[in-house]
Amino acid sequence: MIQFAWLLLAFPAAGALINLFFGRRLSKNAIGAIASGAVIGAFAVAVMLLVALLGLPAEERAVTVTLWQWITVGTLDIKAALLIDPLSVVMALVVTGVGGLIHVYAISYMHDDAMFQRFFVYLNFFIFSMLILVLSDSFAGMFVGWEGVGLASYLLIGFWFDRKDDLYGWYADAGKKAFIVNRIGDFGMLVAMMAIWAALGTLTFHDVFAQAEAGMLAAGTATLICLMLLLGATGKSAQIPLFVWLPDAMAGPTPVSALIHAATMVTAGIYMIARTQPLWHLAPDASTVAAWIGALTALMAASVALVQTDLKKVLAYSTVSQLGYMMLGVGVAAYGASIFHLLTHAVFKALLFLAAGSVMHGLHGETDMRKMGGLKAKMPATYWTFLAGTIALAGIPLTSGFLSKDGILLGALVHSPVLYVVGLFTALLTAIYAFRMFFLVFHGEPRDKKLIDHAHESPRLITWPLWILAGLSLVDSLLNLPFILTLEKFLEPALGAHEEPALTLELLALALSVVISLLGLAMAYGLYMRRDGWAQNLKKSLSFMQGPLENKWYFDEVYNTAVVNPLKAIGGWFTSFFDPRVIDGAVNGVAHGTSRLGEYARRLQNGYVPTYALSILVGVAAVVVYFLFI
Amino acid sequence: MNDAMVMLNLNMQAILPQTVLILFALLIMMVDAFGSGATEEHAGAKGALPWIAIVGILSAGAATAWAWGKTPVSFQGQAINDHFALSINLVVLLAALLAVLFSTSYIQKVNRQIGEYYALILLCTVGMMLMGAATDLIVLFVALEIFSLALYILTGLHRANPRSTEAAMKYFLLGAFASAFFVYGAALLYGATGATQYDAIAFIVSNGQADPYLLYAGIGLLIVGFGFKVSLVPFHMWTPDVYQGAPTPVTAFMSAGTKAAAFAGLARLLVLALPAAQPQWGWILAIFATLTMILGNLAAVRQQSLKRMLAYSTIAHAGYILAALVPGTVEGADAALFYLFTYAFMNMGAFAIIMTLEEKVGEDALQENARGLNQRAPLLAFLMAVFMFSLSGMPPLAGFFGKFFVFRAAVNGGWAWLAVVGMITSAIAAYYYLRVVVAMYFEKPSAEREATVPHTWPALQIGLAIAAAFTIVVGILPSFWAGIMQSGFGW
Repeated sequence: MIQFAWLLLAFPAAGALINLFFGRRLSKNAIGAIASGAVIGAFAVAVMLLVALLGLPAEERAVTVTLWQWITVGTLDIKAALLIDPLSVVMALVVTGVGGLIHVYAISYMHDDAMFQRFFVYLNFFIFSMLILVLSDSFAGMFVGWEGVGLASYLLIGFWFDRKDDLYGWYADAGKKAFIVNRIGDFGMLVAMMAIWAALGTLTFHDVFAQAEAGMLAAGTATLICLMLLLGATGKSAQIPLFVWLPDAMAGPTPVSALIHAATMVTAGIYMIARTQPLWHLAPDASTVAAWIGALTALMAASVALVQTDLKKVLAYSTVSQLGYMMLGVGVAAYGASIFHLLTHAVFKALLFLAAGSVMHGLHGETDMRKMGGLKAKMPATYWTFLAGTIALAGIPLTSGFLSKDGILLGALVHSPVLYVVGLFTALLTAIYAFRMFFLVFHGEPRDKKLIDHAHESPRLITWPLWILAGLSLVDSLLNLPFILTLEKFLEPALGAHEEPALTLELLALALSVVISLLGLAMAYGLYMRRDGWAQNLKKSLSFMQGPLENKWYFDEVYNTAVVNPLKAIGGWFTSFFDPRVIDGAVNGVAHGTSRLGEYARRLQNGYVPTYALSILVGVAAVVVYFLFI
Repeated sequence: MNDAMVMLNLNMQAILPQTVLILFALLIMMVDAFGSGATEEHAGAKGALPWIAIVGILSAGAATAWAWGKTPVSFQGQAINDHFALSINLVVLLAALLAVLFSTSYIQKVNRQIGEYYALILLCTVGMMLMGAATDLIVLFVALEIFSLALYILTGLHRANPRSTEAAMKYFLLGAFASAFFVYGAALLYGATGATQYDAIAFIVSNGQADPYLLYAGIGLLIVGFGFKVSLVPFHMWTPDVYQGAPTPVTAFMSAGTKAAAFAGLARLLVLALPAAQPQWGWILAIFATLTMILGNLAAVRQQSLKRMLAYSTIAHAGYILAALVPGTVEGADAALFYLFTYAFMNMGAFAIIMTLEEKVGEDALQENARGLNQRAPLLAFLMAVFMFSLSGMPPLAGFFGKFFVFRAAVNGGWAWLAVVGMITSAIAAYYYLRVVVAMYFEKPSAEREATVPHTWPALQIGLAIAAAFTIVVGILPSFWAGIMQSGFGW
């Protein structure tokens, strides 16, 4: 059964290839059906793998499926192989499950787009790459997927490359920004891989971890490797300092934002750290750095989300913030809780994005929340599903977001009270911005009457995936109820045993989380629904924060001044002087000289047999003279 | 096993692939002689000839595959079917297969005697395979002559074209000249060692019992003979004229098959029989390799004719392959073998595209024929681009790994400067290969060619598909194919 794991990759690969080569002859519905069917087929395979894994005893739940010998150079020997274990199967289920729903949704959402075929080829290619990323059994294989999803992300952010507006500038530039920022992270990944190779002489997870646990990795080396991996993770998972590309990535079509920039690709960094957790045990300093980066990113992004006026930007910063939680989780070694949050977040954030897409669909592409309001009556299905996503995001008790976030906060509390307080405060902000967004879009009076009057509910191909995701986001907390921890127990073979905190601590944390989320809900209600006096006073007293928040803490400005503009200046000097004069001069000179020599060589060839024979004779003479006299 | 037993046991299976091919060549001549009268109604029998040849080639391939992995057996100490010989069989048979596919519906426009043509192709292939299998100087020479004589005739097949006849004449005269040196070298080697069989030669040379003057003169002259066949500078001058004059499928076959056969013979002789003399012959090979890489690439830069350009490029590639043999290591022989394999399909694919660009059969195809090919035939242009990129050594195509293994063998053998020369001259080579790509994609076709679409036919398309598939797949899975193309010498 598990030997058929390659089918998981074959489905999306086949979908992408069929649509690439025959898509022009197929109808749009056929293209959509093929692409969605491929992902749903892959999901079925993932379910089969899960069943197969559950049939094995817990300690045998890590099966390597070798596909072929990939690279053999010297002592470097890399197989193309899949590692089927609880972690990779859970990831594959998230990717194909959420991915399948988003594919179905996109059939309707992208229906009028001229580049429909291309969109689904890219989307299937993304799923293919993402599955390589999570299923590979070595750093090299994971890196292939890592780069593949980066490419897919670039292509899909800049999908409408000919568009330009005030919010994003040229959409193509947003794609470029994502790609370039991610290259910095990729540099970290490469350095980490080279360091692992240099230190241990292997790149497969199993061998690396076995040797690391046997103490063959010096603490300093482990710290270096983990810090470099962390750099990679901050790029892919949009953490400080490399998160700046994700808000701009919202230029891509909404299904892309949901699939790549919320549910799956951006979690790759979290997955990677969880996967490499044996190394992180050797590098507690790197773990602490990761925890702090995660906590600060969560706080920073949540604060920025408070003041965004664009619906998709709120969701983007919210994603950055939630990824910060996950990073905090892996930083404090709460790996199981992080993966659980990754799963619940994938569901409720995909839901929120798709519901936001439905709102945009109904409003002809409008994303400015200042023009919305009062959409509840116009779009009931979207309203109720969006509400389900909002309460999960805000962490209202008993929702999936509440439990998974609480698991991470508990881990932080065990580790360091300061981190816990930062996380808890972020949870308050999260509840406020989540309901702010919800109230601004759906409640109150319509602020742009004409726009709202023309609003309409989306077709069923769009609302059905919303209902499914809404249902899932309400019940997926059952996967990992407190104290029972089904998911974390299942993940234990891959992620190590769960640390059992003191019962009182756990209950305290739960209680505080309940209070905080309800407090946030109340504050948002007062601020944006009833507009109470106390709320207005609070707002006024915090107005000095307005500037830094609206400018996203000036990250882009600082990067432009410190990095981008100096580099551009150097680049300008190279284009205007160094390249045309020095490089081209040298190259053209060499080319000219080569060409002249070539002409001489050509003239030697005069067509006469005696000349040719003479040439041979000269060679013979040279050989004989060499052998006999030298 | 005593000598009498060996005498009784012929070990025919050692030369089974060759035997199979000879039988098919005879069959083709029979069908040609009895199957077709002067009248048209027997044209069907003639149409079957290339397919008989293909069946023959595939059968020989099957015979090769049958011997794969078995303990090598020697045909009376004259020829052996070790891993090296079998690998060379595969390369040569692949070249022959592509040549036959490319020849269909082309060659009868050149010469109506197609029966001879296919029979000669098969016999030529026999000679080439025997070059890789020979373990005796006399057999080696006979093999050399079998394929050389066939090639002289094939080159002059286009009797109506003076250039073809001229090429055949030149090739024959100079070939005879070079063969004389070859035989003289073999004779001197025999004089030095008193043996013609490689194992005996190796034994005597490594024990220092050979007369050094006779030995080195013999090695030198043998190198000259091989150098002519693989067109090393300064024995290369026939190459552009012959490549340009010969019918294009023949040129394609010659470029891949001759190279594989002659380098196989050279590799076996030097690495297996004469490793003890490597300090002497290593340097002379290194000098030839350097000259060949530099001159071949430089001269290709200014060619207008695509066939002449590829002729000079073939000279340059000979230099790269020779660089792998310089250290005299098994790794070098492996690398050369892999290079010959990759070179066979990528170069023959390029020649096949050139064939479609000829406006009249047998007429030369110039650079400007390729202009704007992307607009006229996008698929052909794409395939040509793949072949050109591969020939220039662009990853991840097959040609890249060919170069990689060859240069690695040179570096590991202590000849890093040869690899450096190879890489620098490869950069020059990129210029003339990519010029074709530029012409196809970025230049407009001249007015009179704008509407013409290059003529292709199913067999040619199959051949092109095979060549392109190998070029791409071998580039993606180099380790797998390098595992197949391993020298694995046995006696």
